[in-house]
Amino acid sequence: MAASRPPALLALEDGSVFRGTAFGASGTCQGEVVFNTSLTGYQEILTDPSYKGQIVTMTPPLIGNYGINAEDGEAERAWVEGFVIRELSPLASNFRSTEDLDTYLARSGVVAIEGVDTRALTKRLRENGSLRGVLSTEELDRDTLVDRARAAPLMEGRDLVQEVTRRREGTWDEGVSERVFLPEPGAFEGPVFDLTVVDYGAKHNILRNLASLGFRVRVVPATMPADAVLAPGPDAVFLSNGPGDPAVLTYAQDVARAVLERGVPLLGICLGHQIIAHALGGKTFKLPFGHHGGNHPVMDLATRKVEITAQNHGFAVDTALFAKGDVIETHRSLNDGTVEGLRHAELPVMCVQYHPEAAPGPHDSLYLFRRFRETLC
Amino acid sequence: MPRRADLESILIIGSGPIVIGQACEFDYSGTQACKALREEGYRVILVNSNPATIMTDPETADRTYIEPITWQAIEKIIAAERPDALLPTLGGQTGLNAAIDLHDHGVLEKYGVTLLGAQVDVIRKAEDRQLFKDAMQKIGLRCPQSRVVKTLAEALEAVEAVGLPCIVRPSFTMGGAGGGVAYNQAEFREIVARGLKLSPVHEVLVEQSVLGWKEYELEVMRDRADNCVVICSIENLDPMGVHTGDSITVAPALTLTDREYQRMRDAGFACIREIGVETGGSNIQFAVNPADGELVVIEMNPRVSRSSALASKATGFPIAKFAAKLAVGYTLDEIKNDITRKTPASFEPSIDYVVVKVPRFAFEKFPDADSTLGSQMKSVGEAMAIGRTFREALQKALRSTEEGFTGLGLNRRDPFLRGAGLTREEIAARLGRPNSLRIHYLRYALRAGFTTEEIHRLTAIDPWFLAQIAELSAVEDELRACASISDVSDELMRRAKRDGFSDAQLAQVFGVEERAVRADRVGRGIVPTYKLVDTCAAEFEAATPYYYSTWEDECEARISDRPKVMILGSGPNRIGQGVEFDYCCVHAAFALRDAGFETIMVNSNPETVSTDYDTSDLLFFEPLTAEDVLNIHDRLRPQGVIVQFGGQTPLKLARALEDAGVRIIGTSPHSIDLAEDRESFAKILDQVGLRQPPNGMARTEDEALEVTRRVGYPVLVRPSYVLGGRGMMLVYDEESLKRYVASGVEVSDDRPVLLDRFLEDAIEVDVDAVADGTDVVVAGVMEHIEEAGVHSGDSQCAVPPPTLPAAIVSEVRAAAESLARALGVVGLMNVQFAIQRGQVYVLEVNPRASRTVPYVSKAIGVPIAKVAALAMAGRSLRAQGVLEIPAPTHTSVKGPVFPFSRFLGVDVVLGPEMKSTGEVMGIDPDFGVAFAKSLMSAGQGIPFDGGTVFLSVRAEDRGAAVYVGQELERLGYRLIATAGTHAALADAGVAAELVHKIREGRRPNVLDLLADGRIDMVVNTPTGRGSRTDEGRIRAAAVQGGVPCITTLSGAAAAINAIDRIRSRGYGVRALQDYFPARAQ
Repeated sequence: MAASRPPALLALEDGSVFRGTAFGASGTCQGEVVFNTSLTGYQEILTDPSYKGQIVTMTPPLIGNYGINAEDGEAERAWVEGFVIRELSPLASNFRSTEDLDTYLARSGVVAIEGVDTRALTKRLRENGSLRGVLSTEELDRDTLVDRARAAPLMEGRDLVQEVTRRREGTWDEGVSERVFLPEPGAFEGPVFDLTVVDYGAKHNILRNLASLGFRVRVVPATMPADAVLAPGPDAVFLSNGPGDPAVLTYAQDVARAVLERGVPLLGICLGHQIIAHALGGKTFKLPFGHHGGNHPVMDLATRKVEITAQNHGFAVDTALFAKGDVIETHRSLNDGTVEGLRHAELPVMCVQYHPEAAPGPHDSLYLFRRFRETLC
Repeated sequence: MPRRADLESILIIGSGPIVIGQACEFDYSGTQACKALREEGYRVILVNSNPATIMTDPETADRTYIEPITWQAIEKIIAAERPDALLPTLGGQTGLNAAIDLHDHGVLEKYGVTLLGAQVDVIRKAEDRQLFKDAMQKIGLRCPQSRVVKTLAEALEAVEAVGLPCIVRPSFTMGGAGGGVAYNQAEFREIVARGLKLSPVHEVLVEQSVLGWKEYELEVMRDRADNCVVICSIENLDPMGVHTGDSITVAPALTLTDREYQRMRDAGFACIREIGVETGGSNIQFAVNPADGELVVIEMNPRVSRSSALASKATGFPIAKFAAKLAVGYTLDEIKNDITRKTPASFEPSIDYVVVKVPRFAFEKFPDADSTLGSQMKSVGEAMAIGRTFREALQKALRSTEEGFTGLGLNRRDPFLRGAGLTREEIAARLGRPNSLRIHYLRYALRAGFTTEEIHRLTAIDPWFLAQIAELSAVEDELRACASISDVSDELMRRAKRDGFSDAQLAQVFGVEERAVRADRVGRGIVPTYKLVDTCAAEFEAATPYYYSTWEDECEARISDRPKVMILGSGPNRIGQGVEFDYCCVHAAFALRDAGFETIMVNSNPETVSTDYDTSDLLFFEPLTAEDVLNIHDRLRPQGVIVQFGGQTPLKLARALEDAGVRIIGTSPHSIDLAEDRESFAKILDQVGLRQPPNGMARTEDEALEVTRRVGYPVLVRPSYVLGGRGMMLVYDEESLKRYVASGVEVSDDRPVLLDRFLEDAIEVDVDAVADGTDVVVAGVMEHIEEAGVHSGDSQCAVPPPTLPAAIVSEVRAAAESLARALGVVGLMNVQFAIQRGQVYVLEVNPRASRTVPYVSKAIGVPIAKVAALAMAGRSLRAQGVLEIPAPTHTSVKGPVFPFSRFLGVDVVLGPEMKSTGEVMGIDPDFGVAFAKSLMSAGQGIPFDGGTVFLSVRAEDRGAAVYVGQELERLGYRLIATAGTHAALADAGVAAELVHKIREGRRPNVLDLLADGRIDMVVNTPTGRGSRTDEGRIRAAAVQGGVPCITTLSGAAAAINAIDRIRSRGYGVRALQDYFPARAQ
């Protein structure tokens, strides 16, 4: 079967070219190439809006084994620019599967390639840092593709949020499926709070977790001005995950600053965390190849407990922010020591760089949603 | 948190002899633990009765006791050493059970010994079926419906509730011993009765069957700060119903979505927390309903296990080592990941390859045994392989099992290679019943036109795996469509290699020599690449050179310019080739590394110390085939390759390797062949003036008859080039000989059968020696307890010889030395002698490491495998200062351990074909006590304190039986005998109760007495020929009832002597370091 498919090429800005077999959609895509080490959860990764502008390669070699199902999407559509794997499963085997990966990607317009020495590719990204790349099933001239990779925009300075955020304000009331957790998390107790989520590309599982914890969730576009965000007088504001460089999102930083000034409790995840850091006077910088996977150890500096976390970020917060002492580091990566969470000494704000909502990934950090809720009670 | 400062010394209990369900994985874990704890500055005290282990090397622990793993013996050790703590979770079920015994008998409390890792109530909660089930219910997890029962009556009530088929699981046994799947009432009663007997607490679980559900395992670790991580998920290809040890398993889990996987992970953590394992690793088994994802917990092992060894090798994460560190107070984040050296151990390995484990069975050794696989483990070993795809890893694993397969199909035995194949009925029958060949039948079924849906209906194997087999079959079709190998496109060749097809398989397809395929393939530039196992999917740089081959673009092998030696391991454990050879390979690696070589280990057995990534400088986890070894060789260009330490596996490759230009170091393959070849060997014996039993070689039945006419009956027949006495038989008459030749033993010009006159009433002697080409040193002379005719691996033996006259010992030593010189041995050599009426006969010579090397090394206090490895690398015995090894003043007795209780119904008589899985050693200044210790260690339950002995011997043994009877009577045992033996005893004035023989048809007969538990020991010598029905049934009944059964009078006499010594003087314990104070460092 593999033999009957057309070839595809992945070219990187450093001049390396990987040849493989095309699947998914035909065409050409470009983006920053990053690797993800999650052993499960390719459907969640494909649909995570934070991957806008990125071509994702999976380090586990066998992908597509359990197909695609109706429940595990993190958005309404696939967001990755391109998908690079070692081997596409010939069969989707799972009771929930509704279609196979190939069909899904073709339908979603995602160009994909299999048969690649993804370990060699990953090593290259580890050694050289994330690289711009072009993946094509149409243009098979290596030099042309390498040139195009070099011409692709750099991730630094890119505002990709506007491409993934919702256009209109709405509400969210779907909770976490009971099937997800074992043992049962137990029902929440206490009042229902009004929460406004600013959507920079929010993953559905964040919204599900918030809804399950008794928040009345209102979701607003990323570009909504602060006044409008705060107009209904929410009990708390949540800044979501999302793609691109946080440094250029001045409109988002403005919203964060306004929320902080008003003293409205604020929670952030991933890009939201970076935006809050900027609002608090901090800076972010680009990591060499980012953190993308489901096995990242993070220490909660207050309890010294280690959580195994899901992560997906290319930028990190500079620790200079903690020099003054009003902003406090709460979580730290045990792999490279980068900042994974912070809070303010007085202001009601907390945020983490990683993904407590998992999807895909371990559930170790779900407590954060609960902890945030407790600060409101 | 720092390490605990309140502890100074820690006791570790090993797992004893290799048995089915408990193999060398616990040598691996125990050795890691000892090293880890000593690194932390603790004084480590070790007890293990198995001498063939690295953990019992005197360098591994501070104090090493090769003593029985019984609470009584361990109490003596505790009294002598006064350890502060006991770490019970690294010695398998044996170690765990011993710890509980020590607790129950108040020993731990009496001496103030703290349990580390898991407390007794935690162990109970995990192992006691009812407590476990209650605990799971409490945290909202489901277990299959079940009831714990203590009597048959309760069991019958329980089965009403859960229905048939159901699973019966005895409490506190390992490897599912005594359990099974019952499909009907009769089977149910039988399995329950057996299970109640075998469970140390006489309790079984009657459990609802979840046959056909998907089966998973999680390897979970927890530290004292309650950090939990999953090291590895494992998916069983064989669905529920087949013991996981007998299943083909895959890591990581391949057919779970993230939601299902995370749910399982949550459940795993909830389980380990509720059970309360404080620190260390646990294995948790789950079943998942493929129809709706429902998850049930099957069981939990609150300790390191076979699966954790597999998980460690599969991920590069050393579970046992870190479990030891966690036990003394570290948390996971305080431990560095060994492989990345930068990131912490508090993470979950991500792997960018697929690992497949295939079990290795030994049904050929037990042709009467039921080969259906169920909840009781029957495999004796396993092979693991790593590939970038499932198909590649599967084919590599299959060719690693060394059962004659070179992958999935396309070998000489393949019924679908050419011709008609098998009928659909034959195939359907083998698909429906789980058995050791079922993976091959999946392919046969596809080739016979079954659809994957049909196969799924018959096997319940997940369609994903079936689709993979179908892919392989499709590639096979493409290959077959090519007229010759030159017709195969480069693209197809590369794709076939990427799918794991071996050169040997391609050679079969195209009817050419494997060499020709290799030449063609290499000519096209299609060669494998080597990738690292690094715990992190390349996210961080790996410091540890642990490699596997695959067919990708980039090769990561880092090649230094240091001189290299490659050591070929012994592959999966099997009967006749086990941990002993791994021990030798590990010693070779240690010695050569110390001597400045870069050592390269090649092996496919995940249970071993040799495949620990810090045993050698470079580890290649690869099949031991000519192709795979040559591929590594071509890439690394070592100065030499060692083939004589890994048993038959590497030896079989020697010629192909040498032909391909590989330099074999040590004894030349030519010399090895000389010793194997009858004719040339006879010439050498003539030259050095040694005697052989009259013998001959036959290539046809007529020749065989002619040889026996010359040498006389009884005659020992066997195929050439075998290990472990495979296919060996003692033949008393022409008819049996004809039957033997006709029985499918391969007899051909290439592979003649060997016939030796059998020396009756001879004493057998083994000698292990080391030579360097100039000098020879005899390391140990072992006198067998059983008379000649019992395979040396199955017989008990002693060093130094307890009864042989000094003159004979000298003659034997001199004979061994002259043989070593004549054969030009460089390295190890084993010679077997028979002494008959003062005459010394040479039975066979093996110029390579033997099974007894570790035992002899421990007995004499000299690591002869290391000495031999250095000699092979060019350092003379003289330079090493080992020209002579004095015989020790204490005695070491080696005793075998048999798997008969796993293969109920098979006769347990010992003979020339080896049947034991492992061995124990008893060591003491007194021979009788040493022998008694070996009996205690072997765990047969010899009634040292008295009881009733059933005595029934063949006519010619009656004289000796009288002596045995007299002694037993003197020691206060009650005797029961059948007519002939009874009469002989009565004549000598020995009182015995008469019991009916089975064939007399009158009751109660001896089977009734056995069934009623009225017999504590059986002494029964088999008649040489004729029907064995009656006696065979008695012996089988003894095994079933857990009653020790001695089948030789020499063995019985030695046992009685041992009982006598123990009764009169008791026994003490003593550390190896005290036996050899000069050598202790």
